[in-house]
Amino acid sequence: MKSPTISAARSSAMRSSPESAGRVLLRLLDRGAPVLAALLLLLIWELGCRLLDVPVYLLPPPSAIVEGALAVSPSSWGGHIWATLRVSLLGYALAVIIGIPLAVALANSRLLSRTLYPMLVVVQSTPVVAVAPIIVVVLGAGDAPRIVITFLITFFPIVVSTVTGLMSTPPELLELSRSLGASRWREIRNIQLPFAVPHIFSALRISITLAIIGAVVAEFVAAENGLGFFIAFSTSFFKVPQAFAALAILVTISLILFRLVAMIQKWWFPWSLPKS
Amino acid sequence: MVPHDDNDSPRPSIRFNNVGQVFTSSDGSVINALDGVSFDIHKHEFIAVIGPSGCGKSTLLRVIAGLVQPTSGQAQIYGLPVTEPREEIGIVFQQPTLLPWLNVVDNITFPMKHKYGRVTLEEKQRAQELLDTVGLRDFAHKRPSELSGGMQQRVGIARALLHDPDILLMDEPFSALDALTRDEMSFELLRIWTERPKTVLFITHSIPEALLLADRILVMSARPGRIREIIDVGLPRPRTLKTLSEPRFHEIANHIRGQVFSHAVLA
Repeated sequence: MKSPTISAARSSAMRSSPESAGRVLLRLLDRGAPVLAALLLLLIWELGCRLLDVPVYLLPPPSAIVEGALAVSPSSWGGHIWATLRVSLLGYALAVIIGIPLAVALANSRLLSRTLYPMLVVVQSTPVVAVAPIIVVVLGAGDAPRIVITFLITFFPIVVSTVTGLMSTPPELLELSRSLGASRWREIRNIQLPFAVPHIFSALRISITLAIIGAVVAEFVAAENGLGFFIAFSTSFFKVPQAFAALAILVTISLILFRLVAMIQKWWFPWSLPKS
Repeated sequence: MVPHDDNDSPRPSIRFNNVGQVFTSSDGSVINALDGVSFDIHKHEFIAVIGPSGCGKSTLLRVIAGLVQPTSGQAQIYGLPVTEPREEIGIVFQQPTLLPWLNVVDNITFPMKHKYGRVTLEEKQRAQELLDTVGLRDFAHKRPSELSGGMQQRVGIARALLHDPDILLMDEPFSALDALTRDEMSFELLRIWTERPKTVLFITHSIPEALLLADRILVMSARPGRIREIIDVGLPRPRTLKTLSEPRFHEIANHIRGQVFSHAVLA
């Protein structure tokens, strides 16, 4: 963010005298700094690998990764991407559909929060990676075990944040609601849930990246498709550049989904964003 | 008996009949929030309640609002015991507690929307009129976050007035505002109350505020919360800035200060 004084000073400088070439260059450098830094890192990586003669199966240079990516057909990539995306989004959706109503129940019932909450903590404390093979055995082949594993990883943050959000409703508003004799359901829908929106969205942003992790973990354990499967498969044949390419795609998907959740919040709930 | 008659009914608007309220705190100790409070409020009377923190002022308000059932005694509105929240009541809280996702008009009509699921055209028009009344005509479509604290509390007052309640309960409504805005809001409230007379129960920490606004002041003591004294303010209306410099104003103010402080020291 530019502060008004700086931009004002800038524009007055532009009016008084044409900017020197050096200044223009500096400004462009300043604006492009993040991209430049990233490019520089890639360059160091590339040069480092070549100069030090690092074996490709240990750390492939970016050029080898691109090459590896191109060696796999687009339709094959598409299949893997779709498999991972499908599992991530279904597991995530399941976590949202179950997590938010559960949070409402926990926030509104002392009995439920006393009985269910400890169980949730136990489930959350169980390493999902360790449970994954068991889930695969129980649920068999197909998407089901992978969706459940993704669900288990994403679900807890959604529940905890939503409960926190619901509890942050000002007590006076609940009194107002009760003084109007409004039903409990209206109180939850019109007051509590909207108040929880900022908390819910911060959980949704974290959970969408966790969903990708969940899908990949599940694919490591048992899958015949998906980017996680592809990484496990490639590395077992020492096709490390291809594994790196799959990793880069995973990161990209994660970033896009993260941005997407942030955009949804911005479009539909602009009031819930902290003021800059 | 005839049901209450609008103007000259001798029956009080609000009656506290030996009201007591006991809370058990989480560590098991028993707190006497209210003890034997008996008091009548007449129609269109402006009552201020003042007292040290923890004297049960807010509990008093919540009992008459039907949000809390007293452990002993009874609160009545127009002679009927209060067992649940009643239509005749509008509440203004210490914080404006507006809904950040609704604009000003929708915040004012929110109680109707919340209770009945929809807002009639008539209610929308009333909300517009109320915006005029509280001096926010040009802010109808702003979000609460775009308003100052004083403006937000004006919206809170307009919201409480939407269904034209006979009784207005105000729980330290101006205490979160800065001193200047606070004085301004007191005069605003007086103007609104003169335009639309209501029975008001106004909880406050501020002696000058109570004196400026009220017909009578209830001075309370803490733990147990009891009525210590009922003061007839007797300052002429309309009250203006001049009221603040009248000798009687200072006389009563000093008297109340003595009451509150001597007790606080003893407690």
